[in-house]
Amino acid sequence: MTRKVKMRIWRGDSKNGEFKDVSVDANEGEVVLDVIHRVQGTQMPDLAVRWNCKAGKCGSCSMEINGKPRLACMTRMNSFGDDETITVTPLRAFPVIRDLVTDVSFNYKKAMEVPAFEGPEDLKPGEYRMQQVDVERSQEFRKCIECFLCQDTCHVIRDHEENKKSFAGPRFFIRIAELDMHPLDRLRNRKQKAQEEHGLGMCNITKCCTEVCPEHIKITDNAIIPMKERVVDVKYDPVRWLGSKIRKREGIN
Amino acid sequence: MATGVFSATRAAIKERTLRTDRWWLQPLITVLVLVSFIIYATFRAFEKKYYFAEPLISPFYSPCLSTACVEGSTHFGTPIGTFTIFGMIISPALFILIFPLGFRLTCYYYRKAYYRSFWMSPPACAVAEPHSKYTGETRAPLILQNGHRWFFFAGLIFNAILTYDAIIAFKNPEGEWGHMSVGTLVLIANATLLWLYSASCHTCRHTIGGRLKHFSKHPIRYKLWGWVSVLNHRHPVYAWISLFGVALTDLYVRLVAAGTITNYYFF
Repeated sequence: MTRKVKMRIWRGDSKNGEFKDVSVDANEGEVVLDVIHRVQGTQMPDLAVRWNCKAGKCGSCSMEINGKPRLACMTRMNSFGDDETITVTPLRAFPVIRDLVTDVSFNYKKAMEVPAFEGPEDLKPGEYRMQQVDVERSQEFRKCIECFLCQDTCHVIRDHEENKKSFAGPRFFIRIAELDMHPLDRLRNRKQKAQEEHGLGMCNITKCCTEVCPEHIKITDNAIIPMKERVVDVKYDPVRWLGSKIRKREGIN
Repeated sequence: MATGVFSATRAAIKERTLRTDRWWLQPLITVLVLVSFIIYATFRAFEKKYYFAEPLISPFYSPCLSTACVEGSTHFGTPIGTFTIFGMIISPALFILIFPLGFRLTCYYYRKAYYRSFWMSPPACAVAEPHSKYTGETRAPLILQNGHRWFFFAGLIFNAILTYDAIIAFKNPEGEWGHMSVGTLVLIANATLLWLYSASCHTCRHTIGGRLKHFSKHPIRYKLWGWVSVLNHRHPVYAWISLFGVALTDLYVRLVAAGTITNYYFF
């Protein structure tokens, strides 16, 4: 069944922009990205939109739909009322390039700042052996598709541009947690770096990153809070700090 | 200079949020519930009466450690003595409430709840917050949130004491064992909810096994971590119902102590 839907699409660039109203057909079973493509094909041939897999796995079509950070390819049209106007904007935490496309290079810079995995010196890649039980906790974080919806919704940078230089954001906190929980990673000061260089202490755990994650990764409960607790172990807990000095290790085994 | 969603390079959209759902409802409910609890708890903490009706004691006053406590309620002695300010005796509740209050105030779930609803940082996801600056939990006083684990351990002692109170409630008012009343069930339910709240705590999850790098070397702690993780998933639920549980338990004891209702004995 086909129905007419009303959409407000933000169009513009980093200088200025405005909402454009359109009325467009939507077919049974379609998602927002399908309808945006129809707008592009019939009414706005120069509409800029980034997309790729259309299956919720590439993380390209991140945008804000009725004010919520969403993947356009995973937002079904039948989740909106018949008379509802669907408002579509680019991600509002990043500089806009044009229309629905934003410059997310901030995230790539932050990715480079995270120290890489440091494996055992006496083993070559391919020789690493681990128990499944030791790695499965980190495997949840490997589901990340880098859509950056968590980064977009995080108020630390969304509402405070000046914090971008000192805050890595939830996507990279799960990366840091993944490495810190890795049974073979031997970089010793990952926790201190998380707090002092990547801005873990700026997170006030309001869980918006978890709410918007299309892969349903429990970012706050399984990565950020465990990392905060690990930071407490090495920075704010005098009993554990003393224990680590006596036993000459970080306190994690 | 404009910052946040109004920064120069971002899409020029004048609205603070374009959300069309009732995003304000959840913070509003949180404020109403927490303010109601704070008003009731403050009133009860300063009331200094109707907190003990043999063998029931209110969780707001347990353990009662002051010589100002009513007769029979000092199961753990009176090490605090009596403090006065301007001739007024300080309520015995004030000496102990700091610990459960600190536990809840630094709790990861409650932090989310009150940062959103009271401080509006942010009021809801993708709704611009009203503050011009933000430093999170990196400076005083919020850096003290890192002391959550100390309140967690203190909370365990309180849970043990409130469990003791629930066991004592199997006595009748004459001090004979082997009896059970509605008050017994109320105190047992309260202690159970508090244990669930503590056991589901993120610090508990970390302490019991979350801090480990090799679960395979610690199979028992891994098993316990798995169980706590299941509880941890429901931590917000336990946070709320244990809060209501404490208030309702206190209300029940107050009504019995004031003679408004009778504590019905099953046997």
